[in-house]
Amino acid sequence: MKSALPITTVVLSILAIWYLAAALMNAPLQRDQFANSGHADYSTRELVAASLNMERPKLPAPHQVASELYKLVFATPPTSKRSLVYHGAITLEETLIGFAVGSALGIGLAVLIVSMRWLDRSMMPWIVASQTVPIIALAPMIVVILNQFNVTGIAPKAAIAAYLCFFPVTVGMVKGFRSPDPLQLDLMRTYSATRAQTFLKLRSPASAPFFFASMKIGAAAALVGAVVAEVTKSEDGGLGARLLAGSYYGQTVQIWAALFAAAALSAALVGLIGVVGRIAQRRMAFAS
Amino acid sequence: MDVAAALRLEPEDGGKALAPEAAIEINGLSLSFDTADGPVQALSNVTLRIRRGDFVSFIGPSGCGKTTLLRAVADLETPTSGSIRVNGLTPANARANRAYGYVFQAPALYPWRTVARNIALPLEIMGFGKAEREARVAKGLELVNLSGFGAKYPWQLSGGMQQRASIARALSFDPDLLLMDEPFGALDEIVRDMLNQQLLRLWEVTGKTVLFVTHSIPEAVFLSTHIVVMSPRPGRVYDVIECNFPRDRQLEIRETPEFITVANRVRHGLREGHSYDG
Repeated sequence: MKSALPITTVVLSILAIWYLAAALMNAPLQRDQFANSGHADYSTRELVAASLNMERPKLPAPHQVASELYKLVFATPPTSKRSLVYHGAITLEETLIGFAVGSALGIGLAVLIVSMRWLDRSMMPWIVASQTVPIIALAPMIVVILNQFNVTGIAPKAAIAAYLCFFPVTVGMVKGFRSPDPLQLDLMRTYSATRAQTFLKLRSPASAPFFFASMKIGAAAALVGAVVAEVTKSEDGGLGARLLAGSYYGQTVQIWAALFAAAALSAALVGLIGVVGRIAQRRMAFAS
Repeated sequence: MDVAAALRLEPEDGGKALAPEAAIEINGLSLSFDTADGPVQALSNVTLRIRRGDFVSFIGPSGCGKTTLLRAVADLETPTSGSIRVNGLTPANARANRAYGYVFQAPALYPWRTVARNIALPLEIMGFGKAEREARVAKGLELVNLSGFGAKYPWQLSGGMQQRASIARALSFDPDLLLMDEPFGALDEIVRDMLNQQLLRLWEVTGKTVLFVTHSIPEAVFLSTHIVVMSPRPGRVYDVIECNFPRDRQLEIRETPEFITVANRVRHGLREGHSYDG
C-alpha cells in the first residue's frame, strides 16, 4: 500500500507532461485548421480541447491512444486485419520462437565460453561485434538472404528476434556461470570433481539469479527484434506492420496504439518470467 | 632447524606409530607466487613428517605461509620445489584418491542446498548410492551435533553450526586426513571453546590425522599433539613443539602450569621468529 503513492505520483506526472506536450505540439496545426475553416474567434480553452482531439495529431493525447487501444483490442473481432489482438498474436509467436532459439543459443554459447578459456578470447569479440551492427540495417538483409533459401513467413522474423535475444543471454549467463567464489570452486577441487560435475552441481545452480535476469532482458530484446523485422516485411502483419502502416497514412493514433500494445506485450512477458523466477528461486531457497 | 624439526616429529620409540609410513612427509618444500610486483616467496625449504593419528597445529603470523602449506598438501597449490607425500602418494594422486577432507575458513556451504544435501555433496560427486548417502549424512549430522537440522538451509543456521556442517561434509566420505584452515577464526570465543572440545572428541572417536591452521595460541596448545610454529617472509618452520596432554583433555587443562609452559614456548617462538620485522 505504501508503494501506491509514489507509483501514482509518477503515472500522474507522466500523463500531465504528456497532455502538456500534446497540447503544445498540436496547437499550431489546430490553429491552421481553424483558420482554414474560417473559424476565427476561438478561446484558448477551445484551442486546447480541439488540439487534444485531432484526427491526425502530431502527438495524440493519452485518452485518444487509450480509446484507440480499446477499440482495436476489445471492440474489433480478433480475426479482423485491424485488430491488435490479431497482429499482437503474430508478433508474440515470432517473439516466442525467437526467444526460445535465442536463449538456447545464448546459454549454449555461455557454456562453451565458460568451459573453454580460449573461446572467451576468440569468440567474445565476434559476439560483441554482432551487436554493434544496427539491427534496422541488418534485418532486411537477413530477410532477403533467408528468402533465397525459401525461408519465408515467420522464420526470418523469429531469426532476427533470436539474433537480438542471444547476446544479453550469453553475457548474463557467462557472468552467472562464473559467479561461484574461489572457495566454492576449491571445494569442488578437493573432491576431485570433474568439470561436468562442477558445472552441474555448482555453476548451474549458482547462475540461477543471473538466468532469470538474462531471460527478462532476452525476452524484451526478442520482441524488439520481431517488431523491427515486421517493419521490414510488413505484408505478413504484426505490430511492427501496424507501426509502418500507421506512419504511411499519418495515422499517429494508430501508431501509438500499436506501440503501447507492443510495450504491454513486452511487459507481460518480462512480468511472467519474473513470477516464474521468484517461484523457482523460492524453491531453491535463495530468498531469505 | 628444519632437520631438527623433522627429527623431533619422528616417533620416539618407533613402535608407537599407528601405521608404518607417515601420513604426511614434506621435504625441502618451497613455493613462490608470481605477483605483479615480482615473485613472492610464500614457503622456503619446509621439511616435516606427520604421523598417522596426530593432531598438528600450524601457528604463525599472517604471511607465514601456513595456509599455503595446507593448500599445497591438498594439491590446491603447486610447489616450486621440494616434495610432498600424502599417504605415500603425491598430493595430486592423494586428492584423486579422496585422501583428505578440507575445511575452509568460511563454511562455503552452497546456499541452494539444505544442510543434509550440503553434507551429501561430496558423496554425490564420488558416486555413493542414495541409501548409503542418507546413512552417512545422518551419521555426519550426529557426529557434529546437528541431528534435526538436516532440512534447514545454511542461512537458517548460526555461524558455528554452519562450520560444524562443513566439518561433517569434510568427513562424510571418511577420508584419512582432515585439513582445517582456521575453521573457527570467525567465531566468538565461547562458540570457539565449545567447537574446540567437540573437535577434540571427534578426533578421539575417528582417529583421523588432523592438520589445523590457527592464529590462536590457546587453541593450538589445547588441540594439538604437535605445534608447528612458523615465521614469515619467507614462510618457514621455526619450531615444532610437542604437546603430550591426554587425548580426553578438558578445557580446564588450560589453567595447569604444564599448559602455560607450552603456551609460553609457542609465544616465545612466535616472537623470536618475528624479531627481524621490527
